[in-house]
Amino acid sequence: MATEAKVDPMHQFTIQPMFGTDQLELLGYNIAITNSTVWMAISAIALWVFVAGGMKRQLVPGRWQMAVESFTGLIDDMLEANIGKNGRKYVPYIFSLFMFILFGNILGLLPLGVIGLHPFTFTSHFTVTGILAIISFGIVLIVGFAKHKLHFFSLFVPHGTPVPMIPIIFVVEMISFMVRPFSLGLRLFVAMMAGHVLLEVLSSFVIGSSNAGMQYFAIAGVPSFILMVGICALEILVAGIQAYVFALLTSVYLNDAENLH
Amino acid sequence: MPQIEQLAATYSSQVFWLLLIFGLVFFVIGKGMVPKVMDTVAMRDKQISDDLAAAEAARAQAEAEEDAWRTRENANRAEAQALIAQAKSEAAAASDKKLKAAQKRLDKKLADAEVRIAEARASAAAEIEDVASEAAAQIVQRLAGIEVAPAAARMAVKEAM
Repeated sequence: MATEAKVDPMHQFTIQPMFGTDQLELLGYNIAITNSTVWMAISAIALWVFVAGGMKRQLVPGRWQMAVESFTGLIDDMLEANIGKNGRKYVPYIFSLFMFILFGNILGLLPLGVIGLHPFTFTSHFTVTGILAIISFGIVLIVGFAKHKLHFFSLFVPHGTPVPMIPIIFVVEMISFMVRPFSLGLRLFVAMMAGHVLLEVLSSFVIGSSNAGMQYFAIAGVPSFILMVGICALEILVAGIQAYVFALLTSVYLNDAENLH
Repeated sequence: MPQIEQLAATYSSQVFWLLLIFGLVFFVIGKGMVPKVMDTVAMRDKQISDDLAAAEAARAQAEAEEDAWRTRENANRAEAQALIAQAKSEAAAASDKKLKAAQKRLDKKLADAEVRIAEARASAAAEIEDVASEAAAQIVQRLAGIEVAPAAARMAVKEAM
């Protein structure tokens, strides 16, 4: 027992095909239903239930309706503050993005291991966050070129740039612009993965030290456990903040596409 | 790191299901339900602002009505005052007239009385003259036995008086 208590902190990120679907294919590509798929679906369904509960459309809202309306209001205010009146048409996309990431982050934190289930945080995979970042970046490009045509390239030349500096600044701004989808996707992926690894490592200290004996448990296990409680709270905060940052940065980038500088 | 180790084996499944599920989230929840929730909020905001505007209008109307009532009230009061003043002056005029008529009547009565007194005094004086002349004639007859004619006696009395 004591020798088998080796915990692999990265094991929680392993993708496993479920329901024997590992051979499911579409056009020659594997589309197995995995634990990641299942948790995406759970997040989507939970989000649907949450929003559906706020659709009673009462004049005087109940608590649930108030909660849903405060989320839509949050996104609406954020877009209006960053983009202006034009930004309201992005509410459906930013709301979907923010809530889907938020639900994925928080559901992945649930202590379901206690009842034998294995929560999986799909936002800790850069495949997922990368796709979401590319979608956001793609919308920025489409909106930018559709609205400003080739004038969109003036985004890379800030106002008041001296003429000799324009080629260099253009390249620098271009690089910083092209890096955006990577930074957007990696930020969320790294934040989620780091928190989960930290919790896993600390829990392995608790388990390992308790197996090693009472004095080790008192020295290493108890402080680790107390630290874990704090970090759990921190992770809930991070889950919210990272979803918010993703949505906020997307709206900031959309502002560039809508209004240039 | 499973994210990298399993990338080649799982990327297609991850991408496919993410696009499918996120697409459903976007179209069903984002496009379908969120606008309704926001409509509800907008409707409520509109209702609140409408109610506030209605309350404001009602207040303005109440103030206007109060003003109108006040002017009407002032006009009524002024009218009443005018009516009272008129009644007072009319009453004063009427009593003045009555007093004057009464005075006139009294004056006339006084003048009549004075005339009558003068007449009475004159007739009395005449009677005294008659009596005095008769008495003088008789006195003269008794004392001197001289028959005096009434005309002479009257002349003598007139001279003596």
